[in-house]
Amino acid sequence: MMYSEKVMEHFKNPRNVGEIEDANGVGEVGNAKCGDIMKMFLKIEDGVIEDVKFQTFGCGSAIASSSMATELIKGKSIDEAMSLTNKAVVEALDGLPPVKIHCSVLAEQAIKSALLDYSKKNNVKIEGLDDFDFDEDDHHAEIED
Amino acid sequence: MEKNIYMDNAATTKVRKEVLDEMLPYFSDNYGNPSSIYALGSRSKVAVEKAREQVADALNADKNEIFFTAGGSESDNWAIKGVALRNREKGNHIITTKIEHHAVLHTCQYLEKDGFEVTYLDVDEDGLIDLEELRSAITDKTILITIMFANNEIGTLEPIEEIGRIAKENNIIFHTDAVQAVGSIKIDVKAMNIDLLSLSGHKIYGPKGIGALYIKKGLRFDNLIEGGAQERNRRAGTENVSGIVGLGKAIELASKELVEKSERLIYLRDRLMTKIEKNIKHVRLNGHRSKRLPGNVNYSIEYIEGESILLSLDMEGIAASSGSACTSGSLDPSHVLLAIGLPHGIAHGSLRLSLGMYNTEEEVDYVVEKLAEIVDRLRNMSPLYNERKTGVI
Repeated sequence: MMYSEKVMEHFKNPRNVGEIEDANGVGEVGNAKCGDIMKMFLKIEDGVIEDVKFQTFGCGSAIASSSMATELIKGKSIDEAMSLTNKAVVEALDGLPPVKIHCSVLAEQAIKSALLDYSKKNNVKIEGLDDFDFDEDDHHAEIED
Repeated sequence: MEKNIYMDNAATTKVRKEVLDEMLPYFSDNYGNPSSIYALGSRSKVAVEKAREQVADALNADKNEIFFTAGGSESDNWAIKGVALRNREKGNHIITTKIEHHAVLHTCQYLEKDGFEVTYLDVDEDGLIDLEELRSAITDKTILITIMFANNEIGTLEPIEEIGRIAKENNIIFHTDAVQAVGSIKIDVKAMNIDLLSLSGHKIYGPKGIGALYIKKGLRFDNLIEGGAQERNRRAGTENVSGIVGLGKAIELASKELVEKSERLIYLRDRLMTKIEKNIKHVRLNGHRSKRLPGNVNYSIEYIEGESILLSLDMEGIAASSGSACTSGSLDPSHVLLAIGLPHGIAHGSLRLSLGMYNTEEEVDYVVEKLAEIVDRLRNMSPLYNERKTGVI
């Protein structure tokens, strides 16, 4: 199998699947044409991610990346969530095959997109969101070795 | 108990015991080179010629019209390049379809770079070509029609006899990639007016790395592999004797058991299809409902993605395949599914279950039971399905 055990474990038992009914930040990235869509729900209180859930349409690594990304930001501050990179998701999953790196990029984008929604709805300024490029072609993203 | 259910027989098959038993002596005891003059060599030569006859009999061809290759891809390459390069002064136009195997499509694309013109015929939503479209694609420059007998992904059977007739009427060479059809569908190269036919060993319970090309007697045709005088100067290289022996035995058994085996596969296939349609909502059958390979089942399962279906099936001990981009390493879903008009999103969620002689009714039932659970689990995770439920889309 081309996936690490960690990826398979998160695919088999994904953490934080579902939606949060009273979420105050929701973001959706990707499209069906490319084969992946990720939707993130955040419940933020006092600048802390109290709860996070996801829904993903996509391959095994897309589901595992979503699951891992939610684990990495749950209970963390907004600033910590903002600093989560796709590289950190890949490392936490013990690596992804090169053609699947875009799944981790999508997970990072989904979180930032949910934070942007939170920032707009609640009139909270979040450093670094203004210049974040959500249109970056995630399929061609590379990770440094 | 750990399950081990193989439903990817269109990808490859297990070598059957009878075939393996025939092959084994040609690795160790009878290892001679068929070109050698001594007894050890002639034993190999005799074995190769017997296999040639077995292949010829299966196709209603003459044994001198069968040439062994390293597999289906080589046969396709050879057929197309062999005709194109030799008949260049007659014309530079080739007709094929949008749903061919890559061994045909990429060979045609290669020739396009070299000044050939290729018409890629459309197919309808079932994967069938339109014979009128074929007729009108023919020009006075057309030298070759290459159309597959049966599609490897969606199982649709093309109207080969009619295509053969049209090719003959217009004096155009007709090649068919019959890799998936051999062993499942009765083939008669004479009655069907086929000039060139590709076949492979490992799809019919024979070994990998061996195939054959049927070349009708008298065809103007170039070699692909130059070298020694093997295969009557048409295909160089010391013969893969054990592979050839295996292919011969496999095709002989396949022909002998064709009717009985196909009936059984059709029964299993229809049971699988009926159960999937009954137990899983929002599925679309890909390929023609009746004009299809006995063992082929292919569905698009909406709102979920193919690779995650395959991984989940694998965890239950079930081997299958998908036309999803995620399983191929490219970003586009299968060219076949796009050609039958599926939108990208739905093409990504396709599942092919291809049945073979070792599958049982119990396995079919188990696969549907597990598949229904997997689809539920993945749909509950899918934003597309959840939005659909809440009426957003």
